[in-house]
Amino acid sequence: MDKKVKKAERRRRLIQLGSALLYNANLPGFASGSLYKGAVKGVCVPGLNCYSCPGAIASCPLGALQNALGSLPHKLPLYIAGFLLLTGLLLGRVVCGFLCPFGLIQELIHRIPTQKIRKNRWTRRLSFLKYGVLLLFVIALPLWYAFAKGLPVPAFCKWVCPAGTLEGGFPLMALRPEYRSLAGLLFGWKTLLCIGILVLCIFLYRAFCRFLCPLGAIYALFSRLALFAVRVDTGRCNGCGACVRSCEMDVRQVGDRECIQCGRCAAHCPKGAIYFGKERTTCLEKESKHAG
Amino acid sequence: MHAKRPISPPGEKKGNGIFLARLMLGVLGIAALLGGLMQGGYRDTLAKAVRICLECVGIG
Repeated sequence: MDKKVKKAERRRRLIQLGSALLYNANLPGFASGSLYKGAVKGVCVPGLNCYSCPGAIASCPLGALQNALGSLPHKLPLYIAGFLLLTGLLLGRVVCGFLCPFGLIQELIHRIPTQKIRKNRWTRRLSFLKYGVLLLFVIALPLWYAFAKGLPVPAFCKWVCPAGTLEGGFPLMALRPEYRSLAGLLFGWKTLLCIGILVLCIFLYRAFCRFLCPLGAIYALFSRLALFAVRVDTGRCNGCGACVRSCEMDVRQVGDRECIQCGRCAAHCPKGAIYFGKERTTCLEKESKHAG
Repeated sequence: MHAKRPISPPGEKKGNGIFLARLMLGVLGIAALLGGLMQGGYRDTLAKAVRICLECVGIG
């Protein structure tokens, strides 16, 4: 890895760590096992971070969305829909690359030295699975429970979310002995799934983000529209494909729905054509005249 | 080896359409957020988030 790539990665890692710390700034909660109850908890963070984590100072957008859908017969989920719309429009999947604590955990696990599975046509196909998870667990099941049974059931949190198990379930079980007797089949399933996903992440880069994360699927819908995103200067780009080859996600083009906007490709581009910001096209002829 | 097609982000050349879509979604997002706040969305989120959701973390 050359100096430029290392520097960009170090900067991104610092932002990831900073956001993970900021989301979980209630450090005394990790000792007492009690949740933060301040006013900020009514605001969502952009990344996946369980609000039942003892450290969490704000809400998880996915949990809030499922709960809001659960009360749909009486109330429209406007608050969380507005939040997701604005975050998607402003940042898109920059959230995945820079502001998601569970993304950071997966990246750190992937650093364990062993043989890695590179992206291939199967991983590309599996990347569509997250849209199914979004439709079934985050939208359809909470809606079905709300309309058919009148119950708010956060189906994704309950049956799938490994972030909830890791950040909420495990610390609460360790810190609050009264919960241990409540753990049953569901906790067994979620522990198995969480460990399975984390083990998979050793071999596959960000396996959960690529195949299962419904929040990533929501932000992926904004990949063409997000204001802050990785762009390609078409005037400089020679189509060598170094960007796509250097990327570990299932991207076909820089900035497409699978791109987590980490910007690692910018450091790999031999023409310096990749950047963060507004769309631009450099006219190379003009540039060389000015230089001459 | 050089590909024929530049590896550029999809939709980059559709400048006006993108601008309009951003504008519409931005207005819609702000309206939804404000509507949600007036409807008590913040209070509902807060009420849910300050209690331990055993179901959410897979305990019960």
